[in-house]
Amino acid sequence: MPFSSFKDYMPRQDLLAFVVLALLLVVILPLTLDVMRLNQTGKFLSFAFVAVGLVLCWGYGGILSLGQGVFYGLGGYALAMYLKLEASTPENTRIQTTPGIPDFMDWNRITELPWFWEPFYSLTFSILAVVVVPMIVAYLIGLAMFKRRVGGVYFAIITQSIAAILTILIIGQQGLTGGVNGITDLRTLKGWNIHTDSASYALYFVCVALLFACLLIAQYIRRSKTGRILVAMRGQEDRVRFSGYDIANFKIFVFCIGAAFAGIGGAMFTLQEGFMSPSFVGVVPSIEMVIFCAVGGRLSLIGAVYGVLLVSVAKTVFGENFPELWLFAMGLIFIGVVLGLPNGIAGLYATYVGPHVDRLLDRIFGKQTPSEQTQPHLESNSQGATP
Amino acid sequence: MDHSNDSKPFKQTRRKFLSTTVTAITAAVMMASMPMTIQAAAPATAEVNTTGLAVTDNTVKVGILHSITGTMAISEEGSVQAEILAIEQINAMGGVLGRKIEYIQEDGASDWPTFADRSNKLLRQDKVAAVFGCWTSASRKAVLPIFERYNGMLYYPTFYEGLEQSPNVIYTGQEATQQVLAGLDWVAEEKDAKTFYLIGSDYIWPRTSNKIARTHIEQHLGGQVVGEDYFPLGHTSFNSVINRIRLRKPDVIFASVVGGSNVAFYRQLKAAGLDMTKEDFTLLTISVTEDEVLGIGGENIAGAYASMKYFQSLPNENNEAFVKAFKERWGADAVIGDVTQAAYLGPWLWKAAVEAAGSFDVDKVRAASPDIELTTAPEGYVRIHENHHLWSKGRIGHAQRDGQFKVVHETEELMEPDPFPAGYQ
Repeated sequence: MPFSSFKDYMPRQDLLAFVVLALLLVVILPLTLDVMRLNQTGKFLSFAFVAVGLVLCWGYGGILSLGQGVFYGLGGYALAMYLKLEASTPENTRIQTTPGIPDFMDWNRITELPWFWEPFYSLTFSILAVVVVPMIVAYLIGLAMFKRRVGGVYFAIITQSIAAILTILIIGQQGLTGGVNGITDLRTLKGWNIHTDSASYALYFVCVALLFACLLIAQYIRRSKTGRILVAMRGQEDRVRFSGYDIANFKIFVFCIGAAFAGIGGAMFTLQEGFMSPSFVGVVPSIEMVIFCAVGGRLSLIGAVYGVLLVSVAKTVFGENFPELWLFAMGLIFIGVVLGLPNGIAGLYATYVGPHVDRLLDRIFGKQTPSEQTQPHLESNSQGATP
Repeated sequence: MDHSNDSKPFKQTRRKFLSTTVTAITAAVMMASMPMTIQAAAPATAEVNTTGLAVTDNTVKVGILHSITGTMAISEEGSVQAEILAIEQINAMGGVLGRKIEYIQEDGASDWPTFADRSNKLLRQDKVAAVFGCWTSASRKAVLPIFERYNGMLYYPTFYEGLEQSPNVIYTGQEATQQVLAGLDWVAEEKDAKTFYLIGSDYIWPRTSNKIARTHIEQHLGGQVVGEDYFPLGHTSFNSVINRIRLRKPDVIFASVVGGSNVAFYRQLKAAGLDMTKEDFTLLTISVTEDEVLGIGGENIAGAYASMKYFQSLPNENNEAFVKAFKERWGADAVIGDVTQAAYLGPWLWKAAVEAAGSFDVDKVRAASPDIELTTAPEGYVRIHENHHLWSKGRIGHAQRDGQFKVVHETEELMEPDPFPAGYQ
């Protein structure tokens, strides 16, 4: 462990935030929400994986990706393919021309399972694919972009077009992918019905556990030397390069991590919703994921989770109660956040609540040593050079 | 967790016992005091709702689930209007089993996962007795597992590809064979058509419809398919296919192009000099209703034929009353297409099934649904088949410049719905 102590890895304000979030997700929400709302929260949390990845890429690394939906979709589809094959037993599909293949293939007059579907009969392979396939794609994109020093706006535009391309590919190749319908009617995982109430509970807790695993990994990266190099890179890329670091490798690394997180999120969505749709892959959802991150605060891992929850809950509440007006309400929220809160909810917390909490903690646990007080992530937002 | 599981059956029986006792006492009191009114009073809630649906002594909740935002909003708006109109009319007549219908409207936002999410809410939280909704096949596929899991009842209005028969869905539009066979038989007979060119948007419905069409043309009509082309949704450049059509000179262009592509397709066809008002060829579409003509423009599609089960101009008393009521409620400019009428049937069919079952329970409504008939349907007489689709007549409309269709043909008999057509797969 490169940290001299646990406090170095997890300063006490961060620890407090982690504990509060854990309390909220593990204790408070399961006790107060009915199973349908909890299942819905689980689906929201699947986007938190993407947002946490974006905090690393965008907030720390300065890499704005408008194509995270690609990785979310890849992860989701990888698991959906496994579940679809499990659901398409010859008995279940005996009315088809070719029994034993997914129904949408039969509708498209495909008579043989395509070769790339074959490995997805294996659960181990599928779970690996959820993480590895997005990483490989991210690696290739990163290799092509960062090694040529493509960055900033150009990178954002390119990731966006990749999202558009993948959507077109999925919708166009409906015989192989389920097209615009997506992969639907997923029922069981190794014989375990994923639509029961107990499954909803179980999957929610699996989702929360995985989210915390990702958060802890992200915290590790953030507090490590790599995290500091990322921040330095974001501020003054050339300076870091002239100091002898290979910038591209760091960017590729953090971009791959973000992609892997997004893939896990997509897979958790598939499990909790029982289907996967190309509507998560495209440009609009990818931008929405960036908005989640912006609302939460792009420099705060925990803030990103709250951002996802807040925006998703608002979307659902407005959507259910004012079906005609909800889009306007959402628009107003985003404009408000971008204009009023450049650092999102986390920024609000750090400015107004954080100092009080700090004083409170001081009173309870005694004063911190100055070295522990450093919170580089919030102060170092200035993009310009510091003398 | 174990504890609550143990206590549940007891609680339920106690509650059931209480409610039956209360019902019995109420009934006894009413019988003693005024025996004449008992026939007119609504049946007790405990009797008509044993599964915890949102039914009170005076009301019953249903859901309306369509897109009112996003790209599909323009298509689904008519269905929402028709369903609301039907519900209001039913309420004006006294409701269902003495209960007024209250509807909860949710927005699917043209996004299939949102449809799934909202149907979850309607069934699990709101406990609605029925849902009228969905439009695209994709949205129906997204909600289907949820309706089957939580035993909801969905009334689905759109003409669609078939290949489905869920115990939890009543399909009030035509399935593919009804629409395709009626159209092709008519065009073969009336226009003596021998060669066909099939063109559609690239997704499941046009592909399935054309699969049925090709089989029917080749095996039953003795005709020939001279071309079959698909274009991505939203495609707007049809010049290459129009050139192929000119080269191969088919008797019939059989079109299932949907959405915004329609506008480009018909305009480019006209611009290329393929005049549908002349008798050189016949354009037969299964995807253009009065709603689509609004976008395409009546002058661009005049002369084409459409195979549907309903046209706004249909001359019968039911339809005249329906069109009048629709325009009074939603404005004189409103046009009514095939799907809008099918959506209007939903609440009425549900009402009839509930009354036949004497209960709102989904299982009982399902059991009562086969052979439910509606003599007041704007399209005429319809009846629910055992396979949950409707027996209905096929009709051919001739597109006029004013955006309306003139009905030129109607099948003599009701067509049997056949979602899994043997020999056409």
